[in-house]
Amino acid sequence: MDPTQHAAETPVRDEPEPDESPDLTLAVVEVPAAIVARSLGQYLQAWWASVKSGDAGVLPVAIALIAVTVVFTIVSPNNVFLSPVNLVNLFDQSAVFIMLAIGEGFVLLLGEIDLSIGYVGAIGGIVAGLLVQPSPNWPWWLAIIAALVVCGAIGAIQGLIVTKLGIPSFVVTLAGYLFWFGVMIAILGTSGGVGVNSTVIDGQVALHGIVYSYIDPVIAWIGLVVIVALLGGAMWLRDAGRRRSGLVAPPVGLTIAKIVAVAVAGIAVVAICNIDRGKFLPIVGVPWVVPLVLIVLGAWTMLLERTQFGRHMYAVGGNPEASRRAGINVSRVRTLGFVLCSGTSGIAGIIYLSQLGGLTTNINGGQLVLYAVAAAVIGGTSLFGGRGRAIHGLLGGLVIGAIYNGLYLLGLPIQWQLIVTGLVLLAAVSVDSLSRRRAGGSLVRA
Amino acid sequence: MDMTPSPRTPPAGGVSPAADPAAAGAEPLLRLRGISKHFGAVQALYGVDLDLPAAQVTALCGDNGAGKSVLTKTIAGISQPDAGEMFWEGRRVHIRNANDSAALGIETVYQDLALADNLDIVQNMFLGRERLSHALLDEDSMERAAAETLASLRVTTVRSIRQPVATLSGGQRQAVAVAKAVMWNSKLVMLDEPTAALGVAQTRMVLDLIRRLKSHGLAVMVISHNLNDVFQVADRIAVLRLGRMVAQGALSAFDRQSVVDYMTTGTSSREPVTAGGERG
Repeated sequence: MDPTQHAAETPVRDEPEPDESPDLTLAVVEVPAAIVARSLGQYLQAWWASVKSGDAGVLPVAIALIAVTVVFTIVSPNNVFLSPVNLVNLFDQSAVFIMLAIGEGFVLLLGEIDLSIGYVGAIGGIVAGLLVQPSPNWPWWLAIIAALVVCGAIGAIQGLIVTKLGIPSFVVTLAGYLFWFGVMIAILGTSGGVGVNSTVIDGQVALHGIVYSYIDPVIAWIGLVVIVALLGGAMWLRDAGRRRSGLVAPPVGLTIAKIVAVAVAGIAVVAICNIDRGKFLPIVGVPWVVPLVLIVLGAWTMLLERTQFGRHMYAVGGNPEASRRAGINVSRVRTLGFVLCSGTSGIAGIIYLSQLGGLTTNINGGQLVLYAVAAAVIGGTSLFGGRGRAIHGLLGGLVIGAIYNGLYLLGLPIQWQLIVTGLVLLAAVSVDSLSRRRAGGSLVRA
Repeated sequence: MDMTPSPRTPPAGGVSPAADPAAAGAEPLLRLRGISKHFGAVQALYGVDLDLPAAQVTALCGDNGAGKSVLTKTIAGISQPDAGEMFWEGRRVHIRNANDSAALGIETVYQDLALADNLDIVQNMFLGRERLSHALLDEDSMERAAAETLASLRVTTVRSIRQPVATLSGGQRQAVAVAKAVMWNSKLVMLDEPTAALGVAQTRMVLDLIRRLKSHGLAVMVISHNLNDVFQVADRIAVLRLGRMVAQGALSAFDRQSVVDYMTTGTSSREPVTAGGERG
């Protein structure tokens, strides 16, 4: 370590005692680049050093996204993969995986797993769908609340079994996988399905419209400007304030780069969605599912990273015993993790209902949950607890959505979709395990 | 020294171990009298007396199974004594749980340090006692307070206060665990084998840290097997053997051989030391 750097970076600036020997033992993990670099250049250098030492960060997911995009653009008929109509379709399909992955992220963060969320989410979608049928004809928002309450309650039951009886979550939710599959079939009964369409019943129109109604292009642009201004302003004020008061803060260049990245991504999405993608009649606009996903992402990011409960989730995932000794109610945190997971999967189920125009007993909850785990892990969440962010679900969900979409465009039969899914899951978990092993068995990755 | 497990009556409040200068002078911060504890048929502590004066480092020595951990857990409120009394600043107290001990100002740094590797230094130091502002975490205020505490303990070797604990060396981790313990206006800090896993330079760093705690006026109890460390840093020594306090007194009353003798046989033919515990 450069001694001049040391003085500048350490907030603790006491005169070192003459007898204080430097701590020469090397720590096993690189210090995250963002907290020690003072310029964007230094940040990139430090980041590259940590990548080389096995701490890959967002690199795998970035590479995966680019690779998937390039491959499917080349091999898809007429390069249709990058066409506006397909990209909007991809956002819609990814939304389901993103919600499931963000939900799964809560339990992965705790070092647990939930294998049941495919069918639990489906139950959420089905409950919402049934409540907007001619009878009982509930308003859409009440149907959604009811569906989320049902899913949250399912999560609470499974979480309580895991925490109070001490049964591994793998077993509890594997049982839940079968149990809720059965419950789902029982709910659907002889009809075998529930549908929502864009006519007649208000509640159905609203649920159907999550994916199939669009924001006016002008309003979408205004909304984007407002969101980027608020988010960018908040990021800038926070980092600048911390820099001013001598607290640890990322370099100015990194703050700007993050704000620019948010703006570019937003502009790209809105621009793509605002290109006319209709075959006969013009179809333009951002589907409502996009802001819905962003709202959930923002809310869960705040919960995880800015609240005491979120901090306790990380603590329990990192070291349950230390958390218990620190006075944290570990069982409560774990149970709520399962509630959040199931509740978020309920949102995924409602989006799925909207996207398919209905749900039937043919839904493949097993494949969905594996996609969810794969998406979370590809995004950067660890299977082993203690590391994960809501944004990881978004990034990984996009990768999985792109693969799902691309394979569909190629018209590959189901067996190939299954084989590719399996390989992708294995690859994602391997990257996770390898980065842990090279990082000296640590849980940390920026 | 009477080694027979005689049924004893708790001494009257004013009795202090004679010839123990620390206790004879002023009232110690924490005074234990006649603490007994059994687990089923196993008697873990037999009427243990212990004084922990402020601004002094007391080393608690003893072989494996001597009862050091049980005694520590009793003070920390994790385990309840069957008999005996505890006096905190001269006042009789009952420490029923970890919250009681924390409320008095007792903090324990366990051997495993109880740090979450995935959280940074500030997050670990405030774990379970996060500061909030408008229902959200008040990171700025926590970071400032953590930096102040680390500065007061002269913990200057960490690269950034925001680095995850997984990126710290063993000595730095110990320092963070100690800083976490003293953050809360604690008056007594108990350290369980603080140097057990450390190299030479890091051990020195931790011993310096212990001296600084003492200079801040805290009572420190160090549980250690390592007599080198004990003789470098302690002001007083208390030796447990098979659940009995066999010797207790100022460092000057002991040498290495006598401590080993007390730990292994319960008596020493060397310098006469008045046992604080067994005044049968």
